[in-house]
Amino acid sequence: MLNDNDRIFLNLYNDKGSDVISAQSRGDWSNTKEIFSKGREWIINEIKTSELRGRGGAGFPTGLKWSFAPKELGSRPHYLVINADESEPGTCKDRDILRFEPHKLIEGCLIAAYAVNAHKCYIYIRGEYFKEGQKLQQAIDEAYQKKLIGKNASNTGWDLDIFIHYGAGAYICGEETALLESLEGKKGLPRLKPPFPALIGLYGCPTIVNNVETIAVVPTILRRGAKWFSSLGSPKNTGTKIFCISGNVNKPCNVEEEMGILLKDLIEKHAGGVVGGWENLKAVIPGGSSMPLLPKNICETIKMDFDSLVEQKSGLGTAGIIVINKDQDIVKCIARIARFYKHESCGQCTPCREGSGWMWRMLERMSKGEASREEVDMLMDVTHQIEGHTICAFGEGSAWPVQGLLRHFKKEIIKKNNFKPLISKNKNIPYLVDQHLLEKENA
Amino acid sequence: MSIKKISKEQPENFNFSEENLKITEKILSNYPNDKKQSAVMALLYLAQRQNDNWIPLAAMKHIAKFLNMPYIKVFEVATFYSMYNLTPVGKHFIQICTTTPCMLRGAYKLVDICKRKISEEQNTLSKDKNCSWTEVECLGACVNAPMMQINDDYYEDLDEKMTEKIIDQILSDIKPKPGSYRGRINTEPENNRQTLMDLKNA
Repeated sequence: MLNDNDRIFLNLYNDKGSDVISAQSRGDWSNTKEIFSKGREWIINEIKTSELRGRGGAGFPTGLKWSFAPKELGSRPHYLVINADESEPGTCKDRDILRFEPHKLIEGCLIAAYAVNAHKCYIYIRGEYFKEGQKLQQAIDEAYQKKLIGKNASNTGWDLDIFIHYGAGAYICGEETALLESLEGKKGLPRLKPPFPALIGLYGCPTIVNNVETIAVVPTILRRGAKWFSSLGSPKNTGTKIFCISGNVNKPCNVEEEMGILLKDLIEKHAGGVVGGWENLKAVIPGGSSMPLLPKNICETIKMDFDSLVEQKSGLGTAGIIVINKDQDIVKCIARIARFYKHESCGQCTPCREGSGWMWRMLERMSKGEASREEVDMLMDVTHQIEGHTICAFGEGSAWPVQGLLRHFKKEIIKKNNFKPLISKNKNIPYLVDQHLLEKENA
Repeated sequence: MSIKKISKEQPENFNFSEENLKITEKILSNYPNDKKQSAVMALLYLAQRQNDNWIPLAAMKHIAKFLNMPYIKVFEVATFYSMYNLTPVGKHFIQICTTTPCMLRGAYKLVDICKRKISEEQNTLSKDKNCSWTEVECLGACVNAPMMQINDDYYEDLDEKMTEKIIDQILSDIKPKPGSYRGRINTEPENNRQTLMDLKNA
């Protein structure tokens, strides 16, 4: 288990208060000026050597992303945008940072803004986090008052303004280009890439978009050194990470742990074990709803980091761990996730808009045992029609959980859904659009 | 992409109140001078709060003029995002998260209670017209499941008994205490927490 000295988010459970004085007593804002004096190159290099990877889901190296911003300030201003539109089912880590460690985020914003040459920073918070937004605004006001941000922020000679922009309940706005569209006051429809936001982003200006957790760990890395950070975890998967453990566990919780911790340790030590004991475990979704699930035999030994999970055809994503035990119907669980994606698809690309609804209807039918045996393969085919055929990664996000289900529990589904391909008598199935095809003469 | 119904009964006029006009100035100052369209989401939300938690068409027209942008662009934003209510909702607006992590811990029991106590169908007003409920997608408090949001506040770690109590309070116009209903602190593991003990005991 990670030593308390190596934890970054000391106030994760709000034991000590989130105001600026308490934050300073935990070391925030202590030597911001000194960090600035080492220069932009040093900051970017230090983040590169720390091997920090983005905490928002894709795991892109943060130092590399920052280095994509144009080195010299051209005619267009640069922007820093913080993605706090946390909506992935199973994930609630950014909420705690916004509520209880806002000064880590604000200081991180200042440093990152300097590194990418930005004087304006927008924090895009999901609209439902109204109270969290208010708390963050309080912290921003405090920081302005103490001259930590604003003109000549923290005496560094750098100017930075931070603004909060509220979303309004659209999951797709967590995708970085959809988020930028939304910031511009439009519908949250993802943009085609390239051009990437680092060159043409918000209002057509160079923009760096980072997750809340990524930015909030930056000041601590620079203070304690990249070597310290990369000594935790394993190469390419360094540092600490907040894991959210939800679902059928005895003590669901958020906890900061070292990357590469065993999934079993995480569940048994921190979350109080699976409801009904470890033997009662059915499957675990390891990285928020978009990631394919893992059955019990893999869960025994799997390490929670980016590369180990990719080896098992899953992913770390946002590290939102959803535990499902044998009391639940696994097909029903994934069907509910499919319904989530059907609801949240922005409707821009046909495969995703139509396919997400197909997957939901088929899975609902399968959970009731009303599907025919060949439909199981058809479902796999539908997921392949979506994956890779959409503008943004939402297509993959909706197809992967279904593929994970079919990969590991196909036999179970077939056993339950064993109708002959053409049903001879008219079964009134409300989800089926083509009701008339059930009658033989129309088929 | 959710289907949005637009209320048939629409007020003729909408204007921001004096107090809210000041807030609009603050909001507009957040964005560059030539990018006022960015403020549309914040203004729609402000209009919703002013108008008993729903946005009439008159408000969209007003905002379009206010920001000097086409009405249809305001309309498409208002219909795209799920938090904008385009029909009247109750003064107490209850949103129950039923996505998988909450479903695993019994969110549909909360739905049943709302069906029984408030209205059979979601998005319809209760008998006293004060309250309505709806099922929503993930609200981002998964380790505190099952949970619901009533207006701005999160009510977490619920069970059937607690939910009934909360709904009863809401129906008699008392504001229940937000937060966890199992007495735990925020998102920490209950009993025997293993980490950051020095801070807890200090």
